[in-house]
Amino acid sequence: MLAFVIRRLLQSVLVMLAVAFIAFSLFNFVGDPVSLMLPPEATQQDREEVRKTLGLDQPFYVQFKVFITNALQGNFGISLRLGRPVSALLAERLPATLELAFAAALIGLFIGIPMGVYTALKRESWISRALLTTSLIGVSLPNFLIGIFLILIFAVWLGWLPSFGRGDVTQIGFWTTGLLTVTGIKALVLPSITLSFYPVTLIMRLVRSEMLEVLRTDYIKFARARGLTNRSVHFGHALKNTLVPVITITGLQLGGVIAFAIVTETVFQWPGMGLLFIQAVQFADIPVMAAYLCLIGFIFVVINLIVDMLYFVVDPRLRVERPGGGGH
Amino acid sequence: MAQQSLLARALDSDIFYSFKRSPLIIISALVTLICILGAVFAPILAPHNPFDLASLNLLDAFTAPAWADSGKAQYLLGTDDQGRDVLSTIMYGARMSLLVGFLATMLAMILGVSLGLIAGYVGGKVDAFIMRVADIQLSFPAILIALLIDGVARVALPKDQHDTLALYVLVIAIAGSGWVRYARTVRGSTLVERNKEYVQAARVIGRSKIAIMFTHVLPNVLGPVLVLGTLHIGEAIITEATLSFLGVGVPPTQPSLGTLIRIGNDFLFSGEWWITVFPGTALVILVLAINLLGDWLRDALNPRLR
Repeated sequence: MLAFVIRRLLQSVLVMLAVAFIAFSLFNFVGDPVSLMLPPEATQQDREEVRKTLGLDQPFYVQFKVFITNALQGNFGISLRLGRPVSALLAERLPATLELAFAAALIGLFIGIPMGVYTALKRESWISRALLTTSLIGVSLPNFLIGIFLILIFAVWLGWLPSFGRGDVTQIGFWTTGLLTVTGIKALVLPSITLSFYPVTLIMRLVRSEMLEVLRTDYIKFARARGLTNRSVHFGHALKNTLVPVITITGLQLGGVIAFAIVTETVFQWPGMGLLFIQAVQFADIPVMAAYLCLIGFIFVVINLIVDMLYFVVDPRLRVERPGGGGH
Repeated sequence: MAQQSLLARALDSDIFYSFKRSPLIIISALVTLICILGAVFAPILAPHNPFDLASLNLLDAFTAPAWADSGKAQYLLGTDDQGRDVLSTIMYGARMSLLVGFLATMLAMILGVSLGLIAGYVGGKVDAFIMRVADIQLSFPAILIALLIDGVARVALPKDQHDTLALYVLVIAIAGSGWVRYARTVRGSTLVERNKEYVQAARVIGRSKIAIMFTHVLPNVLGPVLVLGTLHIGEAIITEATLSFLGVGVPPTQPSLGTLIRIGNDFLFSGEWWITVFPGTALVILVLAINLLGDWLRDALNPRLR
């Protein structure tokens, strides 16, 4: 167990170093930071001086070490576009993105699981067929188009819901939340539905195929033979056994949802990290790009790590047998 | 004579049989064909040339579709903010979308197949390195990788060349985010093929590693790759549309479907819905038809699913 954890941790650290290296290269090789910081009329003397104060005359590995040290302390420099520290910008946008991503993941679970169960139990009904076909169309639809169509119907034509921004937000410590006001919750509806489209179809298909597999097993036959009600067999025995892969996949998808929020946030002008990143790409705002990259890389590495550990706990086959060790 | 028998063989094949039996697939194939023809021959078929500034009339801007009260017969699907005919911009846009989707898929295929062959045939540290990179990349969503490559290129390239190079940057970004699937498949089949007798024979007569990889092994691992490629085109078109919608794709002077949707999005609230909805619908129909075809091809070529 310990060896596995350590190996996995080392791997994660390596991936993080690789991500940090890409971010670092953005700073140092792609754009020349000196010319970015100085006015065009600066002399060669000025350049040398700035170069020295920034530590750019140091060898490459020393610079990389400084970059990592700064990054670990959350110091990514100052945004070229907004002129404010990048870490502060990201910190104030993080709650918006996380609230959106969790709302979408919850919708995915609460709509995807019942739909998956239904399509598995009533395989031949036309509703199941309609749901499956719709989910295929849903995969072919680009996410931003779903958002645009939802805006057109519910914001422009019906006028029920707002189409941009977060509504009124409440400040709780460092966290700003839109969940405590009516306008905030209304503003969350369309973006979270848009973002949940992919998780819903994914979870539905996953639950369906897992359910179909479990329903064929002997213990389900035995449960039926014992005369248990359909409800108890379906939900108490079958569904329970499908939930482990479902929850792991949803967990893995959470990172994808956060990344996909870039698109949804642009459609709905949702003031989260994704919108900040896309504006940074458009304006070649390197510090913001580098910081976002490191943050998203970190989120992904942590999620992958947790999921791997969970697999290890759930699936005993992954535990390598060693003589004298392990109680299983 | 030989050609006729080839045609006869094609008409008699299992694939054609399963094609004939499914009306949905025939419709998908027709729709795809119409989209491709309409896009390729856009300069001839389009009712207007949306990029000929002399023929544009700003007074015609924001004309509603022909069937609406304020519509004009010569603009079937209405006009956009610059007075460009929406139907014509869609045809030119689909041209751009298909071009980028196709080129990106080809590039991803070449990159992935080469790396997969090398990883599978050479093995050892090279294999471990390539597959590690593939694993890491696979744990990030493709759109993020594409955005990153695109963002880096934007910083690295001089500003005045952005518009001319945007197409190539986009192709490289989408291909760079999609090569892993090919590499994994090809590596797997190469590992099987490399121990077969024909490869040993080639090795015995002293052919070089590269020659064995690309002339002997390659033809035998290509089958699944082509199916993956069909499924990839639809995805590449969506990625392109998404990047263009985000404003980091092709420039507005040579719009793709994604750029058109981005332009139209600004006018959604003033009631000019057709500028967005028609390019959007065109995109959905195109991608859906291609995906259905790809799905069918995968099932038809997979004997286990028959």
